[in-house]
Amino acid sequence: MPFISSLFGRSPIRPMQQHMKAAVTCAREVRPLVEAMAAGDGAAIAERRAEISRLEHEADQLKNEIRSHLPQRFFMAVSRRDMLEILDYQDSIADVAQDIAELAEIRSMKIPEPMREPMHELVRRVIATCEQAERIIDRLDELVETGFGAREVARVEEMINAVNREESETDAVAERCLRTLFAIEDQLGVSTLFWYKIIHWIAEMADYAERVGNRLRLLIAG
Amino acid sequence: METWLYDLPIAVWIGGVLALYMAWAIGANDVANAMGTSVGSRALTIGRAIIVAGVLEFAGAFLAGGHVTDTVRKGMLDMDLVALRPEFLVYGMLAALASAGTLLLVATRYGLPVSTTHSIVGAIVGFGAVALGLEAVAWWKVGQIALSWLTSPLIGGLLAYLIFSLIRRLILDRERPMETARRYGPVFYFYVFFIIGMLTLFKGLKNLNLDRELPEALMISFGLGLIGAGLGWLFIRRVRAGPADEDHPFRRVERVFVLLQILTACAVAFAHGSNDVANAIGPLAAVVHVAQDLDVTGKSPVEPWMLAIGGVGIVIGLATWGYRVMETVGKKITELTPSRGFAAELGAATTIVLASRLGIPVSTTHVLVGSVLGVGLARGIDVLDLRVVGRILVSWAVTLPVAAILSVFFFYFFKGLLTP
Repeated sequence: MPFISSLFGRSPIRPMQQHMKAAVTCAREVRPLVEAMAAGDGAAIAERRAEISRLEHEADQLKNEIRSHLPQRFFMAVSRRDMLEILDYQDSIADVAQDIAELAEIRSMKIPEPMREPMHELVRRVIATCEQAERIIDRLDELVETGFGAREVARVEEMINAVNREESETDAVAERCLRTLFAIEDQLGVSTLFWYKIIHWIAEMADYAERVGNRLRLLIAG
Repeated sequence: METWLYDLPIAVWIGGVLALYMAWAIGANDVANAMGTSVGSRALTIGRAIIVAGVLEFAGAFLAGGHVTDTVRKGMLDMDLVALRPEFLVYGMLAALASAGTLLLVATRYGLPVSTTHSIVGAIVGFGAVALGLEAVAWWKVGQIALSWLTSPLIGGLLAYLIFSLIRRLILDRERPMETARRYGPVFYFYVFFIIGMLTLFKGLKNLNLDRELPEALMISFGLGLIGAGLGWLFIRRVRAGPADEDHPFRRVERVFVLLQILTACAVAFAHGSNDVANAIGPLAAVVHVAQDLDVTGKSPVEPWMLAIGGVGIVIGLATWGYRVMETVGKKITELTPSRGFAAELGAATTIVLASRLGIPVSTTHVLVGSVLGVGLARGIDVLDLRVVGRILVSWAVTLPVAAILSVFFFYFFKGLLTP
């Protein structure tokens, strides 16, 4: 009756990190996508979209696997509900990346010249925010290893503050994108709406990255 | 009165075989619980775990197994009442072994969590109450044992919680954990050696005439602790895992705990041997004592050769079947790092050896589960499956009555078989 062994469940931490990695890779793929959109290269856009879809699917599978291995009866160092919420935010990053790629391909959109620079800047900052959030998720092992010790918690909180800062900088760049967009909205006509949507989505990835951090902040404080 | 004496050699033979089977089953099933955490955290390979467990289980059974064996043999029944019908004690103890053995067989077949300790205690109470009368059962002692099943996992859990919290505060949650590990590591080594010394020397090693009174035991254990701290200091100095790894800053620190975890696993194996050998040997000892000289009140101590049989049985169980169980357990428990394993095992070992010293049969597995949960409550383990707690409660609720009923059945079976 070695039922001591049935005491241990499979740790979700490693899969959580893998999922975050997949999600952030999706976000990173938005950069070549936007470059292809700037060049108006339809073939490249399709290629990018396929890659993002593949990664998003991978993230989905990881997500389902994590969920099915976290039954209610588990007692966890990181509470189950918190973990699942963080997982949802992580997954949203990949979902939104997919939305962007989908619209970009279906409507084969070419970025108007004045918007190229601000949009590249936006994507760069959004990816940086997501990567910072990924680094935080990578610290989950250390948090558990120190048993959520005060020092490690302080370290992670500092990292979360960094995500918050990056996200607000992202907001500023997104605003610049929108101002540029609305300045030329007469030339663009109905496309304005779709560009608005795409800018919004790109910025939204940083929002979700921030939420990952903020959710973790609540969790390590309690 | 004379007639049943004629049959006793057969009873002793049956008892010997059943006791050996019990010891075998304990070695096959339970030892993996004691050592599994070390295998899981890769502190020990399976081969080494088997050898270490074999040596320490035997040592624990042989050197320190007497207290609990005495309790099982004569502590739970009113020996003055038993003395009126000593042959009933023979049938009853055989019945206890047979019913516990049957339960174990069924449990192993269906993967149910049954504690050998609980089945033996339940069986003895069962035949005692039915065959000898309710007043023959030393309810006060039985109540004490039953209470210990509740308190021992709690104490193990509390100790493990405290030990892990201490490790976290002193070592893990520091700016430079490796440096603090160097500084405080020897303190933990001291504690482990001191505890092992205290628990074995303080009236423990009767068979080697090494039992010491408190002041002397304290002094020797203190010296042992200092030696341990010195060894630990040397060992920690030698832990060099190359340059600091930024991605895994705690991997090196964990290595400080590897040796500690192995030491505490040894302590658990020793404690397990000293506690659980009684389940096999206690009933046999009772049977043999009645057969030898009718001295059921049991002035004479449990003889070393009986404990040796128990120890050998456990080692055989370990060698024939236990390694497979340990392999499974080890594969399952990979989430436990050495610092956690150390905290859990030290909490469990301290509790079990204390219980053994007090002559209280506790379930080693349950104490260990309590300790692991203690570390988990300190937020030290990623995921714990609380279903196990439910299974323990079910095991309490099922094992005791079933063992008792089975033992009554076997009592009349042996009575019919052995009464000429």
